[in-house]
Amino acid sequence: MSANLPDSNIVNNSGTNKGELAGQVQLETGRKKKKLGLLVVEIAAMLVAAVFFGVPFYFVIINSLKSSGEAASLNLKWPEVFQFGNYKEVLMLNDGIVLRAFLNSSLITLFSITTLIIICSMAGFIIARRKEISKKANYIILMGLMIPPAIVPTIWVLQKIGLFKTMPGIVFLESALHFSFACLLYIAFMATIPKELDEAALMDGCGPFNLYFRVIFPLLKPVTSTIIVLSSIQIYNDFENMLYFFPGAENATVQLTLYNFTGIYGTSYHLLFADVLLISLPPLILFIFFNKKIVDGMTAGAVKG
Amino acid sequence: MKQMYPYYFLIPAGIIYSVFFLVPTAMSFFYSMTWWTLDDWEFIGFENFVQFFQEPSLRIGFRNTLVFAFTSMGGKAVLGLLLATFLTTKIRNKDLLRSVVFFPALLSTIAVGYTFKSMMHPTNGLINSALSKLGITGPNWLGNPDIALFSVILTEIWKGVGIATVIFIAGIMAIPKDYYEALKIDGGNSWQSFFHITLPLSRPALNTVIILALIGGLRNFDLVWAMTGGGPGFSTDLLASIVYKQYASGFFGLATAGNVLMFIFVALIAFPIFKFLNRKEVDL
Repeated sequence: MSANLPDSNIVNNSGTNKGELAGQVQLETGRKKKKLGLLVVEIAAMLVAAVFFGVPFYFVIINSLKSSGEAASLNLKWPEVFQFGNYKEVLMLNDGIVLRAFLNSSLITLFSITTLIIICSMAGFIIARRKEISKKANYIILMGLMIPPAIVPTIWVLQKIGLFKTMPGIVFLESALHFSFACLLYIAFMATIPKELDEAALMDGCGPFNLYFRVIFPLLKPVTSTIIVLSSIQIYNDFENMLYFFPGAENATVQLTLYNFTGIYGTSYHLLFADVLLISLPPLILFIFFNKKIVDGMTAGAVKG
Repeated sequence: MKQMYPYYFLIPAGIIYSVFFLVPTAMSFFYSMTWWTLDDWEFIGFENFVQFFQEPSLRIGFRNTLVFAFTSMGGKAVLGLLLATFLTTKIRNKDLLRSVVFFPALLSTIAVGYTFKSMMHPTNGLINSALSKLGITGPNWLGNPDIALFSVILTEIWKGVGIATVIFIAGIMAIPKDYYEALKIDGGNSWQSFFHITLPLSRPALNTVIILALIGGLRNFDLVWAMTGGGPGFSTDLLASIVYKQYASGFFGLATAGNVLMFIFVALIAFPIFKFLNRKEVDL
């Protein structure tokens, strides 16, 4: 991006009229060359992106619209007849298990995010303001970011409190496993909210509940929305925890039904890809609307280290 | 002022985080040394760990997990930095390209795994059909035990390079433009600006990418499980997939020992690197 026009500048400085003119001509052609070069680079970049990232998407979309026989050959050919019925067939399979999975996954995501927002914002508020505990708390929170959950002991705990294979169980679990990330974001953002606000609230006779609900929580809105978007995509896409902690035929979730798909329907590639496409739609829609929020959230803290 | 920040605000988070994460984690250290059926347990000392190191089908998990974590991290870091450098230049379609590169990060891992599995099909798959048009006989990507792990790693890089790229872009955007201008005035070229400005000053971003990719790689389960299920043989089994297999076979003590080994593994690798990277950071 640097080193743009050094040689034409040198020619320009060479003094005489002729030299200046020649310099200007060279500058013009230099710019044209630069523009042409840039265009070539732009086109090349688009082509490379199309091959590496476009082809897989095209592959899934086109094969989800083929008949069973055509899709089995796994190529990029145009379908003979567009089979839009594939999507409906996937949703209706096995008494609508995919439809039920969408409902379950949405409910789990909704409840987990609600729990997550409440517990993390409250904890973040106190940890950020109470300097005496923030260091220790940070260590405990960082553990959750690094260490994977201990599978069998977690199942044992869930069984003991009667929440194994239940909706509340998986909701609490997802909240616990996403707690660290969300809480750290809240702690970092609390630093930008001046303490004077708390003092003013105290002067006005506010208690801690009023301070938190009426003053602090509304000010946390930018982080809250980042967490809603990012964590909901992660919880919706979660496969491992659903496999361990929310198994069972009646507990269908989207990733698990997709995973079980090939087991039950063998090599019905057209339906498999239709399912893949349907499952990818919610993150795609969120990405279109919240592109900037998602990227900002994922890069949060990266610059400061 | 203190009464405005009561500790009881920590109770909801404390209960949920403790009951569903901290307590099971602490328990795992004890139960990893037992023969366990969930209802009943018998203390057997370090036998589970010994078995993990002795049995080849379990031991291979360490090697595979290390290869997976470090190779995918390297690929994401190098490609991510190159892509980010390219996407912060003056090209016009960079916003579109950035979105295209980033989007796979938001897709379900199972969906990506199945898609690539069918593209890597040895005879019909897209990759090998394209290669055969060029006169190359493509390998059996997921069926050959020597390369199956690398095929999964390539898919992991494809899926994760977007996050590395946006982190690097954020890092590069934070570098003051004056540095580049100063170098330009001194007659430096693009290579010099990359190696003497961009590379050293995107150090904080590089650290984040390395740590995130390593921890993600050490814990990886979904992608391997969707693409190979640990096979052929045990050639793509990672620690996390071994834990799952032991759990599914009802060896709860052994599975928990695998979990504990994973914690230790993550701690032994991630913490020193974390410390080392933070020490060598360049000040802006």
